Amino acid sequence: MALNGCEFRAAGDQSMIVYFGEEISVRAHEQVRKLVRLLQDEPAAGIRNLHPAYCSVLVVFDGVRLRHEDVEAVLREYIARMDRLALPEARLVEIPVCYGGEFGPDLAEVGSLHGMTAAQAIELHASVEYLVYFLGFVPGFAYLGELPEALVTPRLAAPRRKVPAGSVGIAGSQTGVYPFATPGGWRLIGRTPVAMFRAEREGLSLLSIGDRVRFTPVSAERFAEMEKACR
Amino acid sequence: MPLIEVREPGLFTTVQDLGREGFGPMGVSPSGAADAVSLRTGNRLVGNADGAAGLEMTLLGGTFEFPDGAVVALAGSDFGATLDGKPMELWVTFETKSGQVLKMGPTRTGARCYLCVRGGIEAKLFLGSASTHILSGLGGHEGRALRKGDVLKIGAASGSARKRRISARALKETQPRRVLRVTPGPQSERFSEAAQRLFYAGRYLVAEESNRMGIRLKSEAVLDTPGGKMISEGVSLGAIQVPEGGQPIILFVEQQTTGGYPKIANVISADFHSLGQLRPRDVVRFERVDWETARSLLKEQEELLASEALFE
Repeated sequence: MALNGCEFRAAGDQSMIVYFGEEISVRAHEQVRKLVRLLQDEPAAGIRNLHPAYCSVLVVFDGVRLRHEDVEAVLREYIARMDRLALPEARLVEIPVCYGGEFGPDLAEVGSLHGMTAAQAIELHASVEYLVYFLGFVPGFAYLGELPEALVTPRLAAPRRKVPAGSVGIAGSQTGVYPFATPGGWRLIGRTPVAMFRAEREGLSLLSIGDRVRFTPVSAERFAEMEKACR
Repeated sequence: MPLIEVREPGLFTTVQDLGREGFGPMGVSPSGAADAVSLRTGNRLVGNADGAAGLEMTLLGGTFEFPDGAVVALAGSDFGATLDGKPMELWVTFETKSGQVLKMGPTRTGARCYLCVRGGIEAKLFLGSASTHILSGLGGHEGRALRKGDVLKIGAASGSARKRRISARALKETQPRRVLRVTPGPQSERFSEAAQRLFYAGRYLVAEESNRMGIRLKSEAVLDTPGGKMISEGVSLGAIQVPEGGQPIILFVEQQTTGGYPKIANVISADFHSLGQLRPRDVVRFERVDWETARSLLKEQEELLASEALFE
């Protein structure tokens, strides 16, 4: 404990997690971002991979060269320098969404659960700027928060076997876009024609940790045009 | 450039190397061979670097022709390989001449067999690796499993390859295990003592739905899962997570990078390759070891793979 209030825990024999508290908060998120950024800018010998999340970073290391206590010592040294690191200004990314209909099969139910019309639910979802807390689950999947309180909805009791790529979902106080057709338990309210992850694009993922996101409603016609242009 | 022609792809055959480590911040898991020990060993037999790309066959192997001939080796499980009808051994270098047909059938032992070819399989690299990532359709051969009629390219090799055989000692030491050794998981302490006892005493059946993303286990013993909220966090290869149903899932090579279920244990790195040989309906159990044991087992395995003791 102590140092910046962080806690270290072994995960596997070649990995450990550093926790910055146990709450989803912008402060914890900034610490996660700073640690990831420092370790990317100045790679530490034997550290192989990082899995950032809401308030923790999983650090994968070479277990032949390093023990957990060695990695903890290295991480403490990085964390001690974090306060001096300034994070760059956040990027704002707009994501066009065609809400409802076949693209958002759960929109009507989400609305009725909260006693509002589909149009009101759309307006609310598109009314705020979201923070990319981290990318995880599958390539390019960004965990975005926070949903307006009035839209907070539990995930589906039974996940769908296949969610189409581009689907925009909500779960709890999070929202996100499925980059690939995968199983998924989030409630689907719309779809974007924009590719979230593309091998041939610089940076690959449309979104990065720390970005700001705003969803803009588009018509089905506009969706079709944009989808054509993306291909 | 010499070629491999796919006459029959087998059940699920993909191009795999040792994966792409380091892209967790983008949500990209390393992927790579499910049984990396076999791929590495096969590569050594044909004089390749450990990480050259080979073909990973699953449960039912394919049929391949090498119009220009090739130096090859088979490693992993016994898929009853024949070359022009003549049975071929695993773990040994051999040559296929132009027009000869290498045919594999259903497995006789574990889940995966690797076909390694001198020069390696040439594939467009995605994030530095030729490994196929099925879910995203990236890497490997067009981001997918092989199909009948596919033609693969073999990379350039320098020098000459000696015919070699893997030593009995090396095979014994890397024999896939059904008793998987584990270290505690980051949420072990949140599981009740009863759940932990049950976990280590239990025998688990590998479920049909298992794949390269995760190995789903089934048991009559249902583990009670810890209450309280759990915030999604990074998850490591071999993590054993327990969702609400109380049936564990072992996260595997094409794993999700983050997850919100508590982890009761983590398979040790020296046993990762054993996971790659588990078939549906195989039975496994877990044995707890301490961190130093896990580390020395990994070290021994790495030393063996790097040494001449690998060969006869």
